[in-house]
Amino acid sequence: MSTRPIATTRSATGIPTGKLAVWWVVGSEIVIFGGLLASYVMHRLGHPEWAEYASHTNPWFGGINTFVLLTSSLSAVLAHYAAEHGDGKKAAKWLVGTCFGGLIFICVKAVEWTIEIQHGYTITANGFWQFYYTAAGLHALHVIAGCVIMLIIANDARKGRELHRVELIGIYWHFVDIVWIFLFPLLYIAK
Amino acid sequence: MDVAKQGAARVGDDPLNGIEMAEAGSVTVDTHEAHGHEAHHEQSFWSKYVFSTDHKMIAMQYMFTGIVMALIGGYMSYAFRMQLAFPGQSVPGYGVVSQGEYNALVTNHGTIMIFWVAMPMLIAAFGNFLIPLMIGADDMVFPRINRLSYQIFLISAIVLIASFFVPGGGFGGAWTAYPPLSANAQYNLTPLGATFWIVAVALEFVAFLLGGINFITTLMNSRAPGMKMYDIPMVLWMIVIASILFMASVGPLIAGAVMLFMDQVVGTGFFDPNRGGDPILWQHLFWFFGHPEVYVVLLPAMGIVADIICTFARKKLFNYKLILFTVFATGIISFFVWAHHQFVAGIDPRMANVFTVTTLIISIPIAEMLFLYIATLYGGSIQLTTPMLWALAFIAEFLIGGVTGIFLGASGADIYFHDTYFVLAHFHYTFFPIAIIGFYAGITYWFPKMFGRMMNETLGKIHFWGTIIAFNCIFIPLFILGAAGQHRRIYNFQNFPDLAGLQDMRVFATGALIVMLVFQVVFLVNFVVSLIKGKPAGKNPWNANTLEWTTDSPPPHGNWPDGLPNCYRGPYEYSVPGRKEDYWPQNVPPDTAPAE
Repeated sequence: MSTRPIATTRSATGIPTGKLAVWWVVGSEIVIFGGLLASYVMHRLGHPEWAEYASHTNPWFGGINTFVLLTSSLSAVLAHYAAEHGDGKKAAKWLVGTCFGGLIFICVKAVEWTIEIQHGYTITANGFWQFYYTAAGLHALHVIAGCVIMLIIANDARKGRELHRVELIGIYWHFVDIVWIFLFPLLYIAK
Repeated sequence: MDVAKQGAARVGDDPLNGIEMAEAGSVTVDTHEAHGHEAHHEQSFWSKYVFSTDHKMIAMQYMFTGIVMALIGGYMSYAFRMQLAFPGQSVPGYGVVSQGEYNALVTNHGTIMIFWVAMPMLIAAFGNFLIPLMIGADDMVFPRINRLSYQIFLISAIVLIASFFVPGGGFGGAWTAYPPLSANAQYNLTPLGATFWIVAVALEFVAFLLGGINFITTLMNSRAPGMKMYDIPMVLWMIVIASILFMASVGPLIAGAVMLFMDQVVGTGFFDPNRGGDPILWQHLFWFFGHPEVYVVLLPAMGIVADIICTFARKKLFNYKLILFTVFATGIISFFVWAHHQFVAGIDPRMANVFTVTTLIISIPIAEMLFLYIATLYGGSIQLTTPMLWALAFIAEFLIGGVTGIFLGASGADIYFHDTYFVLAHFHYTFFPIAIIGFYAGITYWFPKMFGRMMNETLGKIHFWGTIIAFNCIFIPLFILGAAGQHRRIYNFQNFPDLAGLQDMRVFATGALIVMLVFQVVFLVNFVVSLIKGKPAGKNPWNANTLEWTTDSPPPHGNWPDGLPNCYRGPYEYSVPGRKEDYWPQNVPPDTAPAE
């Protein structure tokens, strides 16, 4: 571990520095996804024919993934609870569980996209599918990045180090979850 | 108490709780912070200069990268201005400017000057250097994220420069990159250049998002004990508010950059009307960012000027709180003006009316700030040092930029002026004061702190007058040319009989540009000579109040090796009645001086 500046340990607002920064990260992510989804919604309203394209998505895949992702968030909460009580080993286990949820999410997505691409619904097929792959793809990148960071934090937590970070990755993971809660109805259910 | 607070307390082996610090106010003396960094160990060349996590070194990296990019951007303007003045002739030091090259030069001049000069020099260089020093901290809160931010920024600059050396050359679709020109290689003829450009811009955004989070968090959490909200120097407020504006506005353009990238590389049609896309969508995403971006770069320059005029007028900033609330207002209003760039893009005239009104409204807080600055000067003991000259020039020149903006913000007038040289002259009268004058004001003011030596005042003043006079000689003719109907994006005006007769003014402007570029050599010479031979500056050469002047020049690693300072008062207590000295540093405890 490098030496940490005194600046990092100060807290003039009363909010721990790491937590403050994660909230700002979430804020900047909200505007990124906000811009993308607002563009999609505007286009969708202007193109009634996209409803027909959207009907070829499979809500079952989306539904299963929603369930998986929400369950993984529960595990992130349990990890936070364990970390709050100083139990790093248990927190690490729950975090790995959350990662497992992320892995299932990505696997389901891989199967789903393979089927769709085989049926000719590629990213260049039409306006709906380009938004579908871009938005869900950007979200999937966030899931993968979250899993990688989570494994690093779990490894530290297992040794009882940096337990406050368990909550920070939890905040991020909930955000990734909430983005999906917007994507699922917009891409799968709105017909 | 939740786990994160416990975590922070554990990490920070510092028993003094941050909340107590803030609440206990100005008399808290923090003796626990004296241990500092492990300051004095020897560092290798690589870890000191290249992979440093020290905020001062990262600030220098940003600044020197910015200066190099400014030289490249200035060279580009020389090449394309020569083409306009002497069309078709070989430009000394460049060669004949072909049509495609002309487009690439103009595009990348704009891109470089905004994203690789104004932002790194004003926000990243001064932000990194000043934030920890002015709030009395030893570094930024996330030094390694800070380093990562610069590394990504450096890569983005390399990608942009590399775009000139790929087949097809650099991107030539103007710095606003409107589709379909930017999205389709068959139109822009630079298949790789356009993609490199969008990747470079996106990387630059990522760098500044990382940097911005660091700036905001540092200012919010790491202030010296006793430094309350209204004790923060104005320049820091402005840099941090600029970072927040950037963060809140750039998201949609990042999404837009992803979409444009997909259009270019994957073959989607987000912006292609033939395939259900919409080119106007890009304009909305771009300008939703692009207009707040003007304030993102303006505010740090305004802040630099605020600090300088207080120091050299020896007066308190006139109505600190009003200025601050005006900045908040500016920030909020800046999100509701973007469509004034699209008055001729086919938007609904009723919508154009709305954006006309919001655009004219935003001139009110900016004018108010300039009035407050002038009020600060009123009755002060003004010292016309080089930094003060730059600061005063900022107010005067930016005023011209602001006033000409009124014409463009009104949709009726804009239909005529749109995309003429009037627009070009207008935004150079805003961006030049911001990026160039603002930078020179800041660097001449903080040079003694950065490098421990004074700059030469005579050379500084020669540089100042040469630059300012030449600058006005470049752009006043361009206002006139614009009003005559000269369009912005023309390679050779000799092909237009109505405009060909105005060639003298183009030659004059180009001549003035060359004079201005030559005067920059004076600055570079002054910079290098002062760095080596300048008079030693001492801790506080300007007798200024803010905390950075209480440590050595240049500040050592960890900034205050003997313990971080506390803060007892606001940053602008100059000429306080009843005090022997006309300044009152923020770190001096009150009992050593008579009460106000």
